[in-house]
Amino acid sequence: MAAELGHFALILAFCLALPQAFFGLAGAATRRTHWMAATQRAAAGQFVFVAISFGCLAYAFYQNDFSVLYVVQNSNSGLPTFYRFAAVWGAHEGSLLLWLLVQAIWTLAVAGLSRSLPVQMTSRVLGVLGLISAGFALFILTTSNPFERSWPAAADGRDLNPLLQDPALAMHPPMLYTGYVGMSVPFAFAVAAMLEGKLDSMWARWVRPWTNIAWMFLTLGIALGSWWAYYELGWGGWWFWDPVENASFMPWLIGTALIHSLAVTEKRGLFKSWTLLLAIAAFSLSLLGTFLVRSGVIESVHAFASDPARGLFILVFLGLCVGGALTLYAWRAPHFRSNAGFAPISRESFLLLNNVLLVAACGLILLGTLYPMILDLLQLGRISVGPPYFATTFLIPMLPLVLLLSPGQHAEWKRASFGRTKRLLAVLAAAALLIALGLSLAVYGWHSALTAIGLAIALWVILSSLIEPVQRWRKGHSLSAAVLGMSLAHFGLGLFIIGATVVESYGEETDLSLAPGQSAEVAGFTFTLNSLSNVSGPNYEAVEAEVAITREGKPVATVHPQKRVYRVQRNPMTEAGIEGGWNRDLFVAMGEPLGEGSWSFRLQYKPMVRFIWLGAFVVALGGLIAACDRRYRQRVPAREMSPAPASASTV
Amino acid sequence: MRALLLAVVMMAWAAAAMAIDTAPAFEDPAKQARYERLARELRCLQCRAETIADSNAFLAADLRKQLRQLIAEGKSDQEILDYMTARYGDYVLYKPRVTPRTWLLWAAPVLFVLGGGALAAVVILRKSRLPDSDPSDPGLGAS
Amino acid sequence: MWRYLLPIVLFAILIGFFVAGLRRDKETLPSPLIGKPAPEFTLPRVEDPSKQISNAEFAGRPYVVNVWATWCVGCRQEHDALLEIARRGEVPLIGLNWKDDLALAQQWLAQLGDPYVASAFDQEGNVAIDWGVWGAPETFLVGADGTILYRHISPITLEIWEREFVPRIRQGRARE
Repeated sequence: MAAELGHFALILAFCLALPQAFFGLAGAATRRTHWMAATQRAAAGQFVFVAISFGCLAYAFYQNDFSVLYVVQNSNSGLPTFYRFAAVWGAHEGSLLLWLLVQAIWTLAVAGLSRSLPVQMTSRVLGVLGLISAGFALFILTTSNPFERSWPAAADGRDLNPLLQDPALAMHPPMLYTGYVGMSVPFAFAVAAMLEGKLDSMWARWVRPWTNIAWMFLTLGIALGSWWAYYELGWGGWWFWDPVENASFMPWLIGTALIHSLAVTEKRGLFKSWTLLLAIAAFSLSLLGTFLVRSGVIESVHAFASDPARGLFILVFLGLCVGGALTLYAWRAPHFRSNAGFAPISRESFLLLNNVLLVAACGLILLGTLYPMILDLLQLGRISVGPPYFATTFLIPMLPLVLLLSPGQHAEWKRASFGRTKRLLAVLAAAALLIALGLSLAVYGWHSALTAIGLAIALWVILSSLIEPVQRWRKGHSLSAAVLGMSLAHFGLGLFIIGATVVESYGEETDLSLAPGQSAEVAGFTFTLNSLSNVSGPNYEAVEAEVAITREGKPVATVHPQKRVYRVQRNPMTEAGIEGGWNRDLFVAMGEPLGEGSWSFRLQYKPMVRFIWLGAFVVALGGLIAACDRRYRQRVPAREMSPAPASASTV
Repeated sequence: MRALLLAVVMMAWAAAAMAIDTAPAFEDPAKQARYERLARELRCLQCRAETIADSNAFLAADLRKQLRQLIAEGKSDQEILDYMTARYGDYVLYKPRVTPRTWLLWAAPVLFVLGGGALAAVVILRKSRLPDSDPSDPGLGAS
Repeated sequence: MWRYLLPIVLFAILIGFFVAGLRRDKETLPSPLIGKPAPEFTLPRVEDPSKQISNAEFAGRPYVVNVWATWCVGCRQEHDALLEIARRGEVPLIGLNWKDDLALAQQWLAQLGDPYVASAFDQEGNVAIDWGVWGAPETFLVGADGTILYRHISPITLEIWEREFVPRIRQGRARE
């Protein structure tokens, strides 16, 4: 019964998305107030029905309703309750319903929090969001219905993929989707502005908080995925340049560029067409990512079961959304040119370079990901493009970008003179270089010039991002959320770079066989296998090893890696034993039994690896704080805002 | 019963190979470093998008063994990669060869950065000649 | 203002690639060995490990090498087609038993029927590597001159046999 209710609710949601779109766009075009009001109600109704639909699917999982095909494919009576809920988005159909739910929540938020915006703008935005929701709802209803029945009802389910039975990975799709879907908000604002024929700095002020929050979720979603891969996949890697990972990274890069471009548009009324293009691109890349994962066009470890029919639908949808937006762009953008300028050395030019480099990086990743497919289509053979390519080429735009960050965040608007900050920056650069050399030579040992350079730049970013907050605090000035957020985000980036540089340069690993009682040494730590035992979990059996870690005779920790076999799906899974610390992780993963009581093990020393995710978290926090700046919450109606002249040290 | 089940499954999987190598590492650290690097450059064809270093499939284990042997025989990097592509095609290389077909791929980083830089330079030059403020939308400046 | 049209033009090209990409067949990875001499192997026979089988014995006439294993689900699917192909007797079928258990392999042939003239037992997997095998089942056609003419990946069916293998065999024969 719940499945039919859920299906019906989904149909109703689709039916409400259509009037939401129609009344929003037509109401704004014809200036009919009651139509525009209807949009808000349609949006609220759509949310209610999508929530009911999602709730029904979740209920089917909770009740172990094995007459629903999707539940059979993704759950099992032995599955713990938390994972039964997470299984709702464990495969293609359910994950799309999650996407739709997240879209409805964002739509509701925009509807509710836009009281101080002109009602025409809001209506148009909601109208565009309605079109997107309608598209996804139609996609689910026609090609990917999670409510299909399986008759006769199966006795039990095929269980959730054991890889997904993990708290971090359970949260990864909701976070990521909140980010992807959130990018539809600046997209909708961009389309609304183009339809209206008006794009000004006030528009940028409205869009910035939405973009920041969406970008924050995307950052967290990507970081969660990376962290999960690190501790779950057993090999200690944290980024694999897999096509699906790239598909999430590209909108993040463009989102970052968008945030910075919006800053310029808000402050100076410049870069309008760039901002528009970036807003369109960010959401386009989100949709493109969805397409790549589900269509089978690209081979990946992450891909959902590929289905060209579904792929075609998404492609058509992508073509209409993005094609429509870009056509509007070709038509309207020429009208949005500003006549103001800036000096060659100014915050604007730094931000322009920043965006150019970010777009270049995104373009590189896109090219590398699609190149094998393109060559194959042109009958030029089949090649692979993998981590060795991406790791090398990604640094080429990134190094200059991070180098420019430190002076860039202190450059004044219109004409940068830097003043006394110039000297301070130089001093900090020297300090960063010294510390980096110190770390390289004294602490970890020399690895390469690139390592030292990476450390030096990261340290410079960290130190220089503290300049403004510290100066303001010492002078007793207030610190606006925007400035604090910016400094924190850049600080976090520095932390991330330190973590990535150190772990890639100085990490060590060893593969070997151990029998109980035997030891091995890695990076000064001694790993001793104490014992092996059999344990039982709720839906798996495992062999557990107890490994004691000591350093120079003193005990450091004991870890318990496991090799699990899930009863239903029978895939062996490695649960690594990790001893985590702020400055290093010690990582023990079990391989296979080798006979006579011994097993193969991989032992790893991972210095500073936690800084990778700590840095990402701080970056996300910075984005959140910046979005909370007071000026975004002013309840003054748009008309009454009088633009003030740009000044030096604001964002 | 459970222990028996576990043992049976484990034995079945012992027949399948391991991503963790238990052959001893090369005595010569340079050779070991080459081994680790090349294992990360070769694609495991039996699995979906993994290197032979990371993959659990037995083809990956066999290829790692073969790689180890080729290094021990003193073959150069190029000879090893040629050995692999002679059997599996260019598809097996995660680091694409530099050929006329892939020049765009390898030139792209420098092209994009320089091209982007040139574009930025053009824009900055043009903007530096414009007046400081546009009365129609001077921007919102400080909050 | 042509530069405002650039995004949509680039996007249209990209979509075009994707539409074509949806239709392409990713399974057929062409073997780099096609047109090259078939690597020679000498391995113990599955039926009787004390005896050896070498593909050099088949020089001068076309033959087919089929990679199979008892753990391979697709091999079970194609087995009946192989029996029929063997019955037709156009060319000899040599089996390459890949990374398998000898007893299980012998049992398989005994229970399901043996379409092969002989099966080579490749336990180490070295011969499979030389032939560029990356999955089972795979089926190779070797010409009379000893070069590899064709490779098929995934279970073979009579339809594929008649469409891809038979014309090439006949072509080779006509040239002699």
